[in-house]
Amino acid sequence: MTASVDTDIIAVAREQVLERGEGLSQEQLLQVLKLGDDRLAELLQLAHEVRMRWCGPEVEVEGIVSLKTGGCPEDCHFCSQSGRFPSPVRSAWLDIPGLVRSARETRATGATEFCIVAAVRGPDARLLSQVREGIKAIREDGNDIQIACSLGMLTQEQVDELVAMGVHRYNHNLETARSHFPNVVTTHTWEERWETLRMVREAGMEVCCGGIIGMGETVEQRAEFAAQLAELGPDECTMNFLIPQPGTPYEQYEVVEGRDALRTVAAFRLAMPRPLLRFSGGRELTFGDLGTKQGMLGGINAIIVGNYLTNLGRPAAQDLEMLDELKMPVKALNQTL
Amino acid sequence: MDVNAEFCARCGTAAAEGDHAHCAVMLASIDPPRFCVECGRRMVVQVTPAGWVANCSRHGERTSTSPSVG
Ligand code: SF4
Ligand SMILES: [Zn+2]
Ligand SMILES: [Zn+2]
Repeated sequence: MTASVDTDIIAVAREQVLERGEGLSQEQLLQVLKLGDDRLAELLQLAHEVRMRWCGPEVEVEGIVSLKTGGCPEDCHFCSQSGRFPSPVRSAWLDIPGLVRSARETRATGATEFCIVAAVRGPDARLLSQVREGIKAIREDGNDIQIACSLGMLTQEQVDELVAMGVHRYNHNLETARSHFPNVVTTHTWEERWETLRMVREAGMEVCCGGIIGMGETVEQRAEFAAQLAELGPDECTMNFLIPQPGTPYEQYEVVEGRDALRTVAAFRLAMPRPLLRFSGGRELTFGDLGTKQGMLGGINAIIVGNYLTNLGRPAAQDLEMLDELKMPVKALNQTL
Repeated sequence: MDVNAEFCARCGTAAAEGDHAHCAVMLASIDPPRFCVECGRRMVVQVTPAGWVANCSRHGERTSTSPSVG
């Protein structure tokens, strides 16, 4: 009998991703995303093994806050902070004491990363000076948490300024597959986003990049997106699940079905064995408590705790309890993954 | 939802009219209040890692610890 080549995608992934640490290709990811519900448990198990093998059991915990909320000139169709849609979100600036308090609340959960976010196309001088003052004040408060920023598209000069401020990681999401992006955003391009990410990487900041699942993309586009992120090679990939926001063009979209969302989490882990894969916005709505646990056992190794930018999350204590139950230690500040 | 509310804190329409069951679910889980329950004005809302602060230009500030919201 001649040896048959194993074509079952889970068996192939076990060899390729788990044993050799090579992410799946776009075609292979599509096969994973098309697996039936009867294979889901097996798939999640493999994604978990991959995460344990290539990342270890630690979970990176992060908190985020909105420094400048609403009134954004861009038209990302999922976003309640775009000034172009009749969303109930009104513009607001968080003052420095509020920022310091937020960082302190975040550190108190054991989180090692605190991300300062602004709803802008890109930062102006006022925003950058607020960020600079904010970071200084957080340090003067005795808070040693690592600082990340998410301030939109950057110029080279702004990249350099953020490096000089000691910003550890920059978040800028590609949001969705390149082929789907023009249906989601018309005021800037996917390539402009990619360019910012390139500069951030070259300047030596860690790159956090991900997107939102459930914006009308096809399953082929989910595979495309995961492959494109793998090509970028981020240090962290943040996975959000659409929260249909009142007043936005996606208001009437359905929340992604839980099993589909889990399949997507596992596929992203099989596309990218090594980066932090972070459970972010929409996880409460999409997964519920049980699904959140399944996601943590299906490839996820980082979470945002507490509230999001404009939505509320689960209380941080509940997530920390879950991690304890799962015997997944929270990553300490001086530890690298 | 606050039983004395005149307006729905999520969608801002009259609390006594229409169905706010979905709004109530969202307010109990992921949405901070966006509209003042007393006058229906859109509030300025700041979400922070552990809470939220909402400001109505007429009725002042409420926070996630104040009892009369949600
Ligand atoms: S650039 Fe950011 S804040 Fe602005 S509309 Fe897009 S997602 Fe929202
Ligand atoms: Zn309502
Ligand atoms: Zn009012």
